[in-house]
Amino acid sequence: MAWVTQTLSSSLGRKVIMSLTGLFLCSFLIVHMVGNLQLFKGDGGRAFNEYTYFMTHNPLIKTVSYLLYTSILVHALMAFILTRHNQASRPIKYAYSKPEANSDWSSRNMGILGTILLLFIIIHMRTFWYEMHFGAVPVAEYDGKEYKDLYTVVHAAFGELWYSALYVLCMIVLGYHLAHGFQSGFQTLGIRHKKYTPAIELVGKYFFAIIIPVAFAAMPIYVYLQVHHII
Amino acid sequence: MKITLKVWRQKNSNTAGNLVEYKLDNVSEDMSFLEMFDVLNDSLTRKGEDPVTFDHDCREGICGTCSMYINGRPHGPQTGATTCQLHMRSFNDGDTIVVEPWRARSFPVIKDLMVDRAAFDRIIQSGGYVSVNTGSARDANEILIPRTIADEAMDAAACIGCGACVAACKNASAMLFVSAKVSQLAILPQGKSEHKERAERMVAQMDAEGFGACSFTGACSVECPKSISLDHIARMNREYLGAKLSSDNVNG
Repeated sequence: MAWVTQTLSSSLGRKVIMSLTGLFLCSFLIVHMVGNLQLFKGDGGRAFNEYTYFMTHNPLIKTVSYLLYTSILVHALMAFILTRHNQASRPIKYAYSKPEANSDWSSRNMGILGTILLLFIIIHMRTFWYEMHFGAVPVAEYDGKEYKDLYTVVHAAFGELWYSALYVLCMIVLGYHLAHGFQSGFQTLGIRHKKYTPAIELVGKYFFAIIIPVAFAAMPIYVYLQVHHII
Repeated sequence: MKITLKVWRQKNSNTAGNLVEYKLDNVSEDMSFLEMFDVLNDSLTRKGEDPVTFDHDCREGICGTCSMYINGRPHGPQTGATTCQLHMRSFNDGDTIVVEPWRARSFPVIKDLMVDRAAFDRIIQSGGYVSVNTGSARDANEILIPRTIADEAMDAAACIGCGACVAACKNASAMLFVSAKVSQLAILPQGKSEHKERAERMVAQMDAEGFGACSFTGACSVECPKSISLDHIARMNREYLGAKLSSDNVNG
């Protein structure tokens, strides 16, 4: 087993862990985004509440959710270990450096972007995940069956201007993180090819860096406008 | 041209250094950057001061020795060129130019702008070679190598081991250098037989030397005087992971 621990503690192995957990989190974002589009349905929250019931009761999804929590923790912890190691690799900084001449800002600031996202995930899970699992959530009834009314919790949270604004800002951060992260994940795994890399870059730059964050940011904006009867 | 230089002066690896300002009044725009340093050192020597120590050898862009971090970039503002290929016409009259050594834990400063790049030699010694004696030159076409492979190997072999990739990288990572060597040998028939051990050993040595990990910012490739492609880093990742998963080496 020495080869396993040796591989995973090498600089390349650590990056592979970052890549696999990161790409798994990217796949989760698609599911999360598509599911939460139920918020736009305008049916008083029935579709959304039925969807959250399914997500919290389906055994397969519950199992995958533990993999998801683990991935977030491992991704963050490994990023911390790598950042410490990388900083130690240059103990004396340049007095004058012009990194903008040779690289993108987002690629050099994945640690800062990621830290903001981790704080966001904690706030986000406290507001919704914690309330759903351990809080006192109001109950809605559809066809004689009781559902936890997470839709009302969402409306209460996104009705607050500061809370919705925080979400929109964090989605911009997410866009920058994924603009570099998605395509970088493939590079780490050695997946780089004339035929596929341009496609991977397009998906990273447009789908993950723009469409996904915009769709997520639209949710608090839409709910805020709805709560305050602007639309 | 009139130039103000801020040059890193450091007595030896055990003492702290600092930037020292020098003013040069009669700089020709046709001088190379190193010739401008020769002029500076000549004037320092005449004044009885210690000249600035800097590495240089071929002065024609093929030895990789002239390591200088000029105005925030390895080898200065040009791309695809070494310091000796940089000319003063790339600067304006009255400019202030900051010159520092490569900064990396694995490249300790020996004196002033000169750093110890022996870490690269140790990485090559760990696997950047072909063990079998290939004898005298073969007949042409005895070993068939497709043109595209030969070109790709040649692009990787263009690496002159200057260390600009390490100097440019925010993590002081040596991935571009190591991958150029791993890649070049892995795709040619002579190097193929040892490709697994080579990837394992060279990456292990790279880590042991204390270089950082790859963040894929691409800075290395932009600053590389030979414009070596990031494709080689991807290939080394494939080589290393493939080797780790399939080699007979169970003990790491």
